[in-house]
Amino acid sequence: MSRARADEDEYWHSSKCRAFTFDDDDDELCQLKESKRAVNSLRDIVDDDDDLERVSWSGEPVGSISWSIKETASSSISPPEGSLQKGSSSYAALPKQASSYSLSSFFKGRNKLGSFQSLSDALSDAGVKSYAPELRRPKADYKDYSSDWSPKDTIRRMQRGKVCSLERFRSLQEKLMLLDEAVAVHDGNVITAVLIFLKRTLKKEILFHELEVRQVALRHLIHFLRESGEQKLLLDLFRFLDRTEEVALSQYREHLNIQDADKRKEFLKGCIGLPFSAEDAAHVQDHYTLLERQIIIEANDRHVESSGQSEVFRKYPRKALILNMPLVTTLFYSCFYHYTEAEGTFSSPTNLKKTFKIPDKQYVLTALAARAKLRAWHDVDALFTTKNWLGYTKKRAPIGFHRVVEVLQRNNAPVQVLQEYVRLVEDVDIRLNLATKYKCHDVVIDQIRWKN
Amino acid sequence: MSPLDRIANVSLLKQHEVDKLYKVENKPVVSTSDQLCFLVRPRIRNVKYIADVVHADKAAGRSRKYKIIFSPQKFYACEMVLEEEGIYGDVTCDEWSFYLLPLDDDLVSMELPEFFRDYFLEGDHRWINTVARALQLLSSLYGPFAKTYGIGRCAKMAYELWRELEEEVEGDSQARRPEIGHIFFVDRDMDYVTVLCSQVVYEGLVDDTFRIKCGSVDFGPDITSGDRSIKLLLNAQDKVFAEIRNEHFTNVFGFLSQKARNLQAQYDRRRGMDIKQMKNFVSQELKGLKQEHRLLSLHIGACESIMKKKTKQDFQELIKTEHSLLEGFDIRESASFIEEHIDRQVSPIESLRLMCLLSITENGLIPKDYRSLKTQYLQSYGPEHLLTFHNLKRIGLLTEQSPGETFTAVESKVSRLVTDRAAGKLPDAFNSLARKSNFRGISKKLGLIPRVDGEYNLKMPRDMAYVFSGAYVPLSCKIIEQVLERRSWLGLEEVVRLLNGNEFAVTDPAVEDNPTWESQRVILVVFLGGCTFSEISALRFLGKEKGFRFIFLTTAITSSARMMEAMTETKA
Repeated sequence: MSRARADEDEYWHSSKCRAFTFDDDDDELCQLKESKRAVNSLRDIVDDDDDLERVSWSGEPVGSISWSIKETASSSISPPEGSLQKGSSSYAALPKQASSYSLSSFFKGRNKLGSFQSLSDALSDAGVKSYAPELRRPKADYKDYSSDWSPKDTIRRMQRGKVCSLERFRSLQEKLMLLDEAVAVHDGNVITAVLIFLKRTLKKEILFHELEVRQVALRHLIHFLRESGEQKLLLDLFRFLDRTEEVALSQYREHLNIQDADKRKEFLKGCIGLPFSAEDAAHVQDHYTLLERQIIIEANDRHVESSGQSEVFRKYPRKALILNMPLVTTLFYSCFYHYTEAEGTFSSPTNLKKTFKIPDKQYVLTALAARAKLRAWHDVDALFTTKNWLGYTKKRAPIGFHRVVEVLQRNNAPVQVLQEYVRLVEDVDIRLNLATKYKCHDVVIDQIRWKN
Repeated sequence: MSPLDRIANVSLLKQHEVDKLYKVENKPVVSTSDQLCFLVRPRIRNVKYIADVVHADKAAGRSRKYKIIFSPQKFYACEMVLEEEGIYGDVTCDEWSFYLLPLDDDLVSMELPEFFRDYFLEGDHRWINTVARALQLLSSLYGPFAKTYGIGRCAKMAYELWRELEEEVEGDSQARRPEIGHIFFVDRDMDYVTVLCSQVVYEGLVDDTFRIKCGSVDFGPDITSGDRSIKLLLNAQDKVFAEIRNEHFTNVFGFLSQKARNLQAQYDRRRGMDIKQMKNFVSQELKGLKQEHRLLSLHIGACESIMKKKTKQDFQELIKTEHSLLEGFDIRESASFIEEHIDRQVSPIESLRLMCLLSITENGLIPKDYRSLKTQYLQSYGPEHLLTFHNLKRIGLLTEQSPGETFTAVESKVSRLVTDRAAGKLPDAFNSLARKSNFRGISKKLGLIPRVDGEYNLKMPRDMAYVFSGAYVPLSCKIIEQVLERRSWLGLEEVVRLLNGNEFAVTDPAVEDNPTWESQRVILVVFLGGCTFSEISALRFLGKEKGFRFIFLTTAITSSARMMEAMTETKA
């Protein structure tokens, strides 16, 4: 065995191609080491960064103006997927150390932090040795320490409920991509989330302009603003879109939040000039006028009621305030408590009829209900009695007499009264029906007699 | 609160050391506990309420632990509010993915009544994902579904989203034999007419009269003929209810009195019994009889109450008006009836419902009617309903006929329309999601108004029209019937066009479509925006006729009253 060993050694040592051995006395190796040592020592003396010209692949010397312009242009064409922490302006000021382009870094590796490395890079892979020239900043420089998802991927992640920072989408284009992708996946939660982000990072005019052509997103924003109570921005949005009616209605809606009657009245007054449609403007005007009247009536009646002087108030104490009641209810109230008042007073029924242009039908129906409740049958008669040109009295009604009968019956009118009105029902069948139902025997008898 | 009742009642919660339960309202929380847990829907106003509670505590120097459980999921907007209010760090958030509440053997509800307003009025897509997840859940349990049909914009979106979810979850579901073969998506706005009609099947009437919540109803003392109210669970377990629920009301009384007689006869049997038989009777039968007796008396009480209410309300005339509107006769008379209904201040919800029915069947009110009825409504029920009318116009339930101009439907690809700024000025074409109704055309094409010689036989009905006394076949149900019969949309092109398109039929090639399988006869109908008990009854009838079995998945149970309430603006 030893003989083979010796042979091997001899082979190895005698060959022309000297393999590497660990023997230090190898000349060639020594030479290499020598030169290495020399080069290294050189670096300590000389600032080789000054001497060496760093050149990018395109041929421009790194650090030159043309190079930096090219860098900016390329970075804006294909947007980096993460944000560049210090901005591309850092390219213009080229740092001395830690440039990947220098020859020295071939041996050194990138283990020194330069001024335009991101903090995240410092946290990760700080000691990575890169021995190849890199022409663009590596992706790691653009990365947030979380991953860099595209708008489409971000939306996907948001759909699954993951927390995603949208902050890195800074260009308008990306933001709109995000929004359009959210709309495409039909997820309202994500659409709203993106809109919240856009609202925070875009001037409202820009946002509104973009939403004009994105109906689905627009609706989400409107709904969101309404739910979160951002009235001002909502109104701005409607104004921008020329939706004047919506402006008016949104403001009007606020009145529902005001409980105090006087404050509400003042608010409604302010609503009158808003850009409603012609009909709605009239309705809002009526609303204001009605509340104004109700406040006066309420104050007055409270006084009268407490003084105990009025019989009707004593007999039928009020169970609720007249404030914010509908017009017809107010009319009923007025017919109930203020029937005989002259037209001049705010609380008289005729005044209400005139002010609000209440049609005859409605007026008669309401007055009937009120007087019937008070069992004031003469008043009921007077409602329907008219004198014709010959001086004869005749009963007429703008509503069917069957309705009159119904109301009377509901208020337990005496049979004689009921009977009189049943007789006036036009339709024969209904008349007989009602007569039987309410036991108006005379009418029934008359019917049958007439039939025969 | 009600869905929670179906899962865990107060005693169970107390066993788990829950001290007190509060409803999330505009009231401060008075409690000595140092942990507060909020179970809420992911709405901004709920989060703001919670923020108020936390701030109040902070101001009072109290320190407590707060947990918010969002059901069925947390929305990003809620987190934003938590952050804005400065309480993000003070609360912990959780999600309870509660998607499906089975209300009965064939009825599953998502208990999302807000779906209707959020999507159809506001155009918000927030719940579509929720529906997709619910479907994924169902599909994983009972699918895969061989064939999918659908009609409506929302239906399409829900379907697409659901398919995406399915694709992500690679399962070996193909290996399992499905229990449900088909799925049918229907948007609520395909058929508003059915919702707006008065219901006359028993379950529908109970809903209209007493309001069924989460499958149970509260019967007051006047019905229980006692001094307490009773909460009754209404489902197939209630033997009495199960037999009358789908019946036309005219049959119910007869049935109940017959049953009462039988019950009496059963009781009377005990007179002739010996000890042994009596013992047997008491141990085996008495309990069942007693329960049946109790249920019977409740339902009879309910019927009486319904009858009383209806006679008071002039139900006959009301139904006559509705039928006229459905058929297209005596429109002026109907309009007068509605006007009077408003004048008499009968009921704000009913008056509104009738106006909407008139509008939908007639493609909008003539301007004169619209103006005068609106004015009278505001005078009778309150001027703030100006806002309600605006909502109804936006959603297309109560519109004005525009002279000459055809109402253009708003498509999702709006961009080509919008480039022309002038187009943006078209009055309602933009900010409304409404579609033109075309009810008369559809009704004619599908034969929704049955032509009957003589009386319609309500005792032995021959088609689904019985749920509306023979006057009208529910549109949604008819469409489902037709598509299932044809196994496609072939031959229904005209109808689809009048319904504004968005129909689809997809066969999943990966799923075996074996005609011998039981599942082929089982169809899951998904109502996006709610479904009524009348529709459920009608489809159950159809199922019996054709040998199908329908399972219903709805975002919520709906009715005309609920729909009108959703549109009413009561506070800002």
